[in-house]
Amino acid sequence: MTQPPPPIASLNLDELATPPLSLAKMAWLRFRRHKMALVGMVILAFLVLYCIGGALIYSEKYANFNETSIHLQPPSLAHPFGTDTIGRDILARTIYGGQISLMIGLTAVLLELTIGIVVGALSGYFGGWLDNLLMRFTEAILIIPQIFLLLVMAKFFAGDIPDISFLGREFSGSVVVIVVIIGLTSWPYLARIVRAEFLSIKENEFILAARAIGTPTSEIIFLHILPNSIAPIVVSATLGIANAITLEAYISFLGLGVRPPTATWGNMLEGAYNYIESAYWMWLFPGLLILLIVLAINFIGDGLRDALDPRSRTV
Amino acid sequence: MTRYIIRRILQGIPLVFLVSLVLFIMMQNMGDPLATMGGRSVTRKEDRARLSRQLGLDQPVLVQYFYWLVGNDFVKIDIDGDGTPETYGTRKGVLRGDFGTSLVAREPAMEVILSRLPNTLILMLTSEFVVIFGALLIGVYSALKQYSLLDNIVTTFSFVGYSMPIFFLALSLMYIFAVNFKRWGLPYLPTVGMYDPQVGDTPAQVLIHMVLPVVTIAVNSFSAYSRYIRSTMLEALGQDYIRTARAKGLPKREIVFIHALKNASLPIVTIVGLDLPFLLGGALVTERIFAWPGMGRLFIDHVSRGDTPVVMGIMVLIAISVVVFQILTDIVYAWLDPRIRYS
Repeated sequence: MTQPPPPIASLNLDELATPPLSLAKMAWLRFRRHKMALVGMVILAFLVLYCIGGALIYSEKYANFNETSIHLQPPSLAHPFGTDTIGRDILARTIYGGQISLMIGLTAVLLELTIGIVVGALSGYFGGWLDNLLMRFTEAILIIPQIFLLLVMAKFFAGDIPDISFLGREFSGSVVVIVVIIGLTSWPYLARIVRAEFLSIKENEFILAARAIGTPTSEIIFLHILPNSIAPIVVSATLGIANAITLEAYISFLGLGVRPPTATWGNMLEGAYNYIESAYWMWLFPGLLILLIVLAINFIGDGLRDALDPRSRTV
Repeated sequence: MTRYIIRRILQGIPLVFLVSLVLFIMMQNMGDPLATMGGRSVTRKEDRARLSRQLGLDQPVLVQYFYWLVGNDFVKIDIDGDGTPETYGTRKGVLRGDFGTSLVAREPAMEVILSRLPNTLILMLTSEFVVIFGALLIGVYSALKQYSLLDNIVTTFSFVGYSMPIFFLALSLMYIFAVNFKRWGLPYLPTVGMYDPQVGDTPAQVLIHMVLPVVTIAVNSFSAYSRYIRSTMLEALGQDYIRTARAKGLPKREIVFIHALKNASLPIVTIVGLDLPFLLGGALVTERIFAWPGMGRLFIDHVSRGDTPVVMGIMVLIAISVVVFQILTDIVYAWLDPRIRYS
């Protein structure tokens, strides 16, 4: 009886000298070295704190309170960012406007993700006539510039939309309209990315193996292929938030977006260009906040792109 | 190649029809065209009914779309409302080049659009030229001196420029170069319109009015372009043929500008080709802020007043040019790069 020779190195996870890094850990190690991405994280954290913490100091009622006798006041101690055309405090409005802008960014991206992933996955996995149909449809949306589509849709859905209350607060119903139309027009690029990922991943052996042992198709799509294509999806979702916030600002700036009294950083700028000479504070502060948040998110997206790149193996 | 082009054209045509149908249906909910058209003068009920019969607004949406597409000069329509169609329609339809009559301007929609087109093109083509030229310079420099001080400055600037919402940039530029320069007694730039009505429509006036809008548009796309050129240039510089050229002892200038840049600028053709048709639509926000009388502003003004013929005209024009430019880009690309073969 000869004993089997002891294994040279243990393959037991706990006994390994250097345990393998999980994807998330490796990504974080790489992300950490991306200085601009960290700066982006800090700016974003400050802005979120500003929007949420600020709500503890100023009430929403105060933000929507108008007092025409103090309209267009320059920044002062009582109103650090000045007041707007009907005497509302701009600082308080940027706080509540920021909440709405952030919320629009996040929910529009959720909608974009849902449609984009489903269309891309179906198209890439099944191919054939379904792929053809879905991709023609995607192209159809892409041949009209997004901002044109948004304006037509904003006008189309702009009827008498009742106010909605959510989390104990009243919102103008136009917030929902903006979220839906941004989500509905943003997904084509994502769908194309997801489709390309699915096309290449589905050719791998592990998918063949999964199919051979009779794994249901939905499981193959969502448990086997989707997690493997998560990197580009995360990156484009991150950048999508910045994009949605900018688009909301554009539509609101053009007067077809979220309606007052609900504030967003975008609709605070509506008509501000009439006061370019006399009241710079009306456009400077909301504009600066939009720039900061978009910049922060773009930095983070860029860092994530480098950190999640499967081809780069440096830690 | 010919078969490829024909196939692409055949694929493109149904796309334009699909888009125009969906947009046409959406335009139906844009408010009351009769109110836009007549204002207060059409208050009598009979007048409204007659006008809506004349315009075909009493028909179902799909019939209206059909008339918009192929015209109604071959069917009799019931204008006097007695139930029997008696007069032939007058519209020729988009397929025969008749985009209908603008409800706001009461002129043929295409004429309204085409009168604005040169204004948009002069603005957008200048910006595009500035962007491509500047981005090539900066992109090549950044690639040659990777991680140098200027490269880092440009990288940061690109990020800011790319993230800058157009209106914020435009308002800041106006505030600095128009409002404050005026206040400080310096020569200042005009902010509104294409020319000073008191001076007239002279090239010098248009040129000086163009400065701020062009800078606004350019900063935004400049960032993306220069980053792109930097990365394609870096890729080209790492290729074997560049090493060979160096080994042969060719002058550096020749290597960079002839061997590397020629290959690096191929992908840029795609980007420019795909961006060009969107220039037609103009920059909505920029044109709005600087009151530039272009297509973008025309679109905003007429969308908000529910002027279907003009809005549809602009969008069909853009859709067709996008499809055409996509095909042209593919052809030019295959012509420039013999390695590409379409099957």
